[in-house]
Amino acid sequence: MAEVVLKGVSKSFGDTVGVADIDMIIPDGAFVVLLGPTGAGKTTTLRLISGLEKLDQGEVFIGGRRVNDETPAQRDVAMVFQQYSLYPHLSVRENLAFPLKSPILNTPEEEIIRKVEEVASVLQITHKLDNKATALSGGEMQRVSIGRALVREPQVYLMDEPLSSLDAKLRTDLRIELKRIQANLGATILYVTHDQIEAMTMATHVGVLDEGRLVQFGTPRDIYENPNSVYVASRLGQPRINILPGDLFGAAPKGAHQIGLRPEHVAQGEGRAAQVGRVEHLGDHTRLHLRLDGHDITTLADPHADYEAGAEIKIAPRDPLCFDATGNRIY
Amino acid sequence: MSSFSVTEPSPRSKWFAGTLVILYALITMVPLAWIMLTGFKTPPDSISYPPKVFFEPSMEGYVNLFTTRTRVGQEALDALPPPDTWYEEIVRERDMVIAGPSKFGERFLNSVIIGFGSTFLSIVLGTLAAYAFSRFKIPLADDLLFFILSTRMMPPIAVAIPIFLMYRQLGLSDTHLGMILLYTAVNISLAVWLLKGFIDEIPREYEEAALIDGYTRFQAFYKVVLPQAATGIASTAIFCLIFAWNEYAFAVLLTSGTAQTAPPFIPTIIGVGGLDWPAVAAGATIFLLPVMIFTVALRKHLLRGITFGAVRK
Repeated sequence: MAEVVLKGVSKSFGDTVGVADIDMIIPDGAFVVLLGPTGAGKTTTLRLISGLEKLDQGEVFIGGRRVNDETPAQRDVAMVFQQYSLYPHLSVRENLAFPLKSPILNTPEEEIIRKVEEVASVLQITHKLDNKATALSGGEMQRVSIGRALVREPQVYLMDEPLSSLDAKLRTDLRIELKRIQANLGATILYVTHDQIEAMTMATHVGVLDEGRLVQFGTPRDIYENPNSVYVASRLGQPRINILPGDLFGAAPKGAHQIGLRPEHVAQGEGRAAQVGRVEHLGDHTRLHLRLDGHDITTLADPHADYEAGAEIKIAPRDPLCFDATGNRIY
Repeated sequence: MSSFSVTEPSPRSKWFAGTLVILYALITMVPLAWIMLTGFKTPPDSISYPPKVFFEPSMEGYVNLFTTRTRVGQEALDALPPPDTWYEEIVRERDMVIAGPSKFGERFLNSVIIGFGSTFLSIVLGTLAAYAFSRFKIPLADDLLFFILSTRMMPPIAVAIPIFLMYRQLGLSDTHLGMILLYTAVNISLAVWLLKGFIDEIPREYEEAALIDGYTRFQAFYKVVLPQAATGIASTAIFCLIFAWNEYAFAVLLTSGTAQTAPPFIPTIIGVGGLDWPAVAAGATIFLLPVMIFTVALRKHLLRGITFGAVRK
């Protein structure tokens, strides 16, 4: 496994910016999750590292080796695609063996058999090994394509929303499995997702992308607790952070145009009176949707407390995040 | 549940469609059947009026197709030892002896070499070109594709005279190579366009996955794209072969001896000894067989091929 370093990496597709001037260090053995909306450059970043796209500018280093001019095969990376990942004319076994049989790895036959069986049992697809790849369900296909990456021991694993097409149970299982593989093998993984739980539970580092730029890079906790902009603050958190005018609760903190309040940062029983709009009982906690001066505020409440729509409760901000007019964090 | 279903046609409409298909098949197959039957008639039977549907089968047409014969006088015939083989016997009955094999075998072999050779070349070049057009950024790709197609916008025979003169200059007239190149030139535009459609349908992700799995682009093409394009390649090959196999006008114009194909040869049989329709029909029947076998062998692909792009899984 190896460290991956991006230096000033840029790529445009005609007039569209793919990624712009990204500097990022993915430490050896790290599990880095890239977050950002569609079009933010997450997939492009993976493709630039894998060598499927050529860089316009900048440099990529894998394990200290500059790989700008290397082919994807020479870079020794494994990638899990979001879709269309299996070779439809091959069986599951052949799909899993395909990377091992490549001229670069050229693995001996017994070794191939052993590794394929091993990965198949981890991913619970042993009984499907002799099926045609097209005769699998979506979830099974995705497991095989993860398996095709796991049979190898590459410098880095690149994963593009690998769990997005799976059902909830399998997703949880594989999340744990991936995390275990990363911890056991010390694998370096760069992982793209929209899913906050995946990001928070698996990542050692999170990179947030906005229109091709890396706007913040840090531990998941850091990104959650200390976002450097409204944009980053909105990427993590379920329910989303409440972004409110700075002066909603009396005088605005100095220079603050907007304040950000995580749902757990709304204190109850003091401050201004807000109307309860909707109450969602989720079992372990209760979500309150409040309205104050035309602004929606979401907060959490004691699961045992009873609230009714239309009731009034007093709320006050606690440790708000303060942003300036452009959305950058001031303090 | 109602008996009406959107996906399953009613028995009556199935019956109707079936009848229609059988009727159409009969109409198109009657000429073929007639040719095959004529091949087994005697010359008098073949031109009798009203036409004979039931007749005593004879191999005379096939014997005449494969042999040249000379007429001999009665004394000379009597002096000969009795015929050794069934085909000598048929010939003797017409007061003739076999002088040697006819040129049909050679001409048929020419057809095979030129037809399959040009099909192979069209497919190899067409697949590579189609792949390049489908996957790489080629400057003026659309214009080039249009140019390639434009070679089919007039009948190829319209350029017969320039080709004739060019071939004479280059020494390609009446050579296998010349005919293979010519048919390949005509077929390749069709091949590039058809195959580009098929390759466009194969998601790039497969090749990208192969590139990452440690393969070069050519290996990815060979191991991942080709197997998936097999259907398209097979149906394109059938179209190319049918054209090259049946081509008549250029074959008449550019070949006369060594490289003459079967289509211009078969009609010449008729002049050898009166109106020998059974021999012509026998030649046509044998000539039909390779394309028929090739098409039947690849029919699954063909069916998928002519509806290409219409249904996606």
